[in-house]
Amino acid sequence: MSDRSLFQKVWDDHIVVPESADTPAVLYIDLHLTHEVTTPEAFNVLRSRGLSIRRPDLTVATLDHSTPTVPITTLKDLDVVSEPAAAAQIRTMIENCDKNGIRMYGFDSDSRGIVHVIGPELGATQPGKTIVCGDSHTSTHGAFGALGFGIGTTEVGHVLATQCLLQRRPRTLAINVEGKLPRGVTAKDVILAIIGKIGVGGGTGHVIEYRGSTIRSLDMEQRMTICNMSIEAGARAGMIAPDDTTIQYLNGRPLAPRGADWDAAVARWRALPSDTGARFDSEVSIDVSRLAPMVTFGTNPGMVVPVTDAVPVSDDASFRKALAYMKVTAGKPMLGLPVDVVFVGSCTNSRMSDLYDAASILRGRKVASSVRMLVVPGSVQVQRQAEAEGLDKVFREAGAEWREAGCSMCLGMNGDIALPGQLCVSTSNRNFEGRQGIGARSVLASPLTAAASAIAGVVADPRPLLPN
Amino acid sequence: MEKIDIVRSRTVVMPGTDIDTDQIVPARFLTTTTRKGLGKALFADWRYDKDGKPKTDFILNTPAAAGCRILVAGNNFGCGSSREHAPWALLDFGIQAVVSTGIADIFRSNSLKNGLLPVVVDKATHAWLLENPGAELTIDVASCQLQLPDGKSVSFPLDGFSKYCLLNGVDQLGYLLHQSDAITRFESERSWKP
Repeated sequence: MSDRSLFQKVWDDHIVVPESADTPAVLYIDLHLTHEVTTPEAFNVLRSRGLSIRRPDLTVATLDHSTPTVPITTLKDLDVVSEPAAAAQIRTMIENCDKNGIRMYGFDSDSRGIVHVIGPELGATQPGKTIVCGDSHTSTHGAFGALGFGIGTTEVGHVLATQCLLQRRPRTLAINVEGKLPRGVTAKDVILAIIGKIGVGGGTGHVIEYRGSTIRSLDMEQRMTICNMSIEAGARAGMIAPDDTTIQYLNGRPLAPRGADWDAAVARWRALPSDTGARFDSEVSIDVSRLAPMVTFGTNPGMVVPVTDAVPVSDDASFRKALAYMKVTAGKPMLGLPVDVVFVGSCTNSRMSDLYDAASILRGRKVASSVRMLVVPGSVQVQRQAEAEGLDKVFREAGAEWREAGCSMCLGMNGDIALPGQLCVSTSNRNFEGRQGIGARSVLASPLTAAASAIAGVVADPRPLLPN
Repeated sequence: MEKIDIVRSRTVVMPGTDIDTDQIVPARFLTTTTRKGLGKALFADWRYDKDGKPKTDFILNTPAAAGCRILVAGNNFGCGSSREHAPWALLDFGIQAVVSTGIADIFRSNSLKNGLLPVVVDKATHAWLLENPGAELTIDVASCQLQLPDGKSVSFPLDGFSKYCLLNGVDQLGYLLHQSDAITRFESERSWKP
C-alpha cells in the first residue's frame, strides 16, 4: 500500500461500506460522547421509531453545557439554581441514559466535566479511534491521533441507532509548526495565530494534521488546545500523530487498555503516524519562534493580533461591523482596553496546565477591583487536583471566583454570562457576538494573558508578570 | 423529511461574512428538548431589541423579506457550533435554501438532513445576488441549477446521495439501518475492539 497519512489510516480502518460515486462511506464510530444539549431530539426520534441504542457500551454521557457551575449535589439543587428549561433538559438527559443503559458521569460522579475534558482524562479517547459528539469541539480528541469531529443531532441519532455515520472522505491539510515557543507564548497563541493565518473558513472541507517540531514538543493538554480550535478554522477535525507523550499520558487511565491489551494497543498506535511519503491536499507552514501572545479584536477567532499590536485597518463591511460591535478602533492598540470580566475555563483551556499558568500570574497579586474573574475547572478531577495543590486558594486570594466544573461562560446558557457591553477576556474558543451573553464583547486569549489582564484591569501582556 | 425538488422565491440578503450559528440561534435558546418552534429564536439578538420588540431595521423584519424562502448570505455561512437548531430555526421561520460562496461543513451536513438546501455559487453570481435583493430565483434540486431572473442558470454542487434523499424525502437513518448486516460483520471481523 502506498504511503498514507495519519487521517487516511484511521479512516481506512473504520470503513464498513466504502464510498462510491452514488453513496457516501459507512464509517464506524468507536466512541460516542454525549451531553444534555444536542441529544434529546435524537432520543425522541429513536423512541418514535421504536429503535434501541446499538452500542451503549461505546457511548459516554456527561452534563456540562447547560449545567450550572455552582455546587449541585441533588436534582433539587438544580431546580433552585437553574432555569426550568435547563433543569428539564438535564433531567431528560439523565432519564434517557438510565433507560438506555448509557454510562452517565453525572452529579454523583467524580468524573463529571466538560465532555472534551473527561474523554481524555478517563482514557476513553485513544489513538486511532473514531470519536464523535454533538459538539463542534470534538476536534479536541484529535490531539491523540484519533479522528474526532462534531456532528448534528440527526447524526447523534444515527450513531445511537447504528454506531455508524454516512461520510464523504474529507480533504487533508498539513500545518507544519516549527520553532521553539518564546516564554509566555502558549499553545493557545499558536492556534490563534494559525486561525489568523488561514482564516475562519481556511480549513473548510479538510481534516488538519498538525506537524513539526513545535507540535512534538507540546504536552497532551497543549495539543488538545491546538486541536480543539480546528473548527474555528472551519476544519471539522484536527489531528496530531501519537508518540511517547501520548502513550505516557494514557498509561493507567481508567478506560485505557491494560496488560496484554495495552501492549497490543501501543503497537497499533505506533503504526499510526503519517508515512514519510504521505501526501496532503494542502500544506501550510508557520514559524512560531518569534510569536507573541495573541488576542482577538473582532467577532470571530480569525480576527486576531499580537497583544502588543494595534487593531488592524480594513474597509470590509463585516470587518467594520465587528469593530463597531467590539467598540474597538482601527489603528488603536489592544493593550490598555478596559476589561470587565475574565474567564479562565472551557474545553480549550480548563485543564491543570491552564490553571498552573493562570495561578503563576495571580499568585500574590490581586484581580483589579473593576474586574470579575471566574476560574472554572474542566472536570471534577481537575477541580479536585487543583484544590489538593492549593490552586483554588491562589485564585480566591487573588479575588477570583473558583467554580464547579462545566462549560460555564464559554457559551451563555448555564447562568454564567457577561452582561451587555461588558468586555470579557476569555480563554474559551469563540468571540462571536453574544456568545458569552447578549451584547457581551469577547477577547480570546491564553490563560496567561487572561490572568495578566485580570490584574491590570485592561488587556495586558503577560510576559512582564511571568515568575522567574 | 419532506420531499424537496424546486424552491422558487424572491431572495432576502444578509451580506455579512462568517455568519455563525450563535447568531442564527443564540445558545440560551438551546435548553429546549425538541426541534419545534425555533423560528422565533432565529437571529434573535439581531432581530429583537432588549424589550423583545422586532427591530424595524433588521432585514428579516422588513416587509420586503416577508415570504422569502431563499436567504443569500456572505461567505462561510453557518460557521461555529454544530447546533442543528440553526437549520431547524431557519426552516421553522420559512427559509428553504441558503445561497453563498461558502457554507460551513457541519451546518451544511445538518441542513441536508433536514431539507434545507445549501447552495454554493461562484463569486460573480454571488456578487450579483448581493446587489439585487429580492431577485426571483428558481432552485432545481434534480438538475442542481439555480436560475436567475434573466433565465440564465448556474450550477451548484450536490452529491448524488444527498440529492436522492432530498428529492425522495428519504431520511438517511433508514439507509443506515439497512446496512445492519455489514455493520455486524465489521464489528465481528475487525482486528481490534474499541
